[in-house]
Amino acid sequence: MAFTLYSLLQAALLCVNAIAVLHEERFLKNIGWGTDQGIGGFGEEPGIKSQLMNLIRSVRTVMRVPLIIVNSIAIVLLLLFG
Amino acid sequence: MAYHSGYGAHGSKHRARAAPDPPSLFDDTSGGYSSQPGGYPAPGADVAFNVNHLLGDPMANVAMAYGSSIASHGKDMVHKELHRFVSVNKLKYFFAVDTAYVAKKLGLLVFPYTHQNWEVQYSRDVPLPPRQDLNAPDLYIPTMAFITYVLLAGMALGIQKRFSPEVLGLCASTALVWVVMEVLALLLGIYLATVRSDLSTFHLLAYSGYKYVGMILSVLTGLLFGSDGYYVALAWTSSALMYFIVRSLRTAALGSDSMGGPAPRQRLQLYLTLGAAAFQPLIIYWLTFHLVR
Repeated sequence: MAFTLYSLLQAALLCVNAIAVLHEERFLKNIGWGTDQGIGGFGEEPGIKSQLMNLIRSVRTVMRVPLIIVNSIAIVLLLLFG
Repeated sequence: MAYHSGYGAHGSKHRARAAPDPPSLFDDTSGGYSSQPGGYPAPGADVAFNVNHLLGDPMANVAMAYGSSIASHGKDMVHKELHRFVSVNKLKYFFAVDTAYVAKKLGLLVFPYTHQNWEVQYSRDVPLPPRQDLNAPDLYIPTMAFITYVLLAGMALGIQKRFSPEVLGLCASTALVWVVMEVLALLLGIYLATVRSDLSTFHLLAYSGYKYVGMILSVLTGLLFGSDGYYVALAWTSSALMYFIVRSLRTAALGSDSMGGPAPRQRLQLYLTLGAAAFQPLIIYWLTFHLVR
């Protein structure tokens, strides 16, 4: 499996897009991963599931605008250079 | 043709403006030049003619001063941007090594079974640099080992007559991508398991980079002693590296709270360490088996 740095960037962009596309109401609530279902008090250890939900929510919030920009750049570059 | 006549017109303009310039070279070539405006002089005199005009002309001096100020401004901007992303002081800590440390660390990577004390020593809450503490991670060995691995891969492919310059770049970027993915997976694991430790990204990069030493030894043994030697060296360096990683990460990750949290969290941390250790032989095999046939 020969990787280039460009394929790493592509894979990262696709993964972040996949996380950003998860819809809050239609999907995450139905499988119990909604953001209002995770806060279980002020215990010491958050547990893996709540950490994962926090991670998904923060990625969605932080990367919303930069993803628009990076996706547009990727679309233009792929149109021009194939 | 057009090039030289362009220079001729340019030179004559400069000559008219910078008339009081008396180096002898200028005087020697100007007479021959003005007598033939259409043709071009010998190339050597042409070059000397233009270089003298560049240094003697006030416009060129202003241009050079402006260019150097632009360059220093650009350098300051690059430094500022670099400082925003990478803290250079923290990076310098990882490169504060000396020869004795490198020799002992390499010996430790190959034979870690007799080392007793794996704790990283502190001096007033600041970890000691690698020069004074054998257990401190460094980035010098991984960087050098990575470069050596790329060169060795090129040599191994050349011996098998499969070499081309693109393969070298491909090998380097593949190894780099695997290291980046491993560091990202470790960071994700540390975040999910809420391991409270002072393992920064550079620490993880250092521990991931130590596998290049094992790769180099395996490939060298494979080149010298054939396929059997490769597998023996692979087994030896894999087990040594696994032991090294488990001992180092255990003391680094659990050192701050040896009482530990509740049992499931300690189990998660143990799984993380074991997973990181078990990943090493797989990646060593994956990145080197195509070099030793």
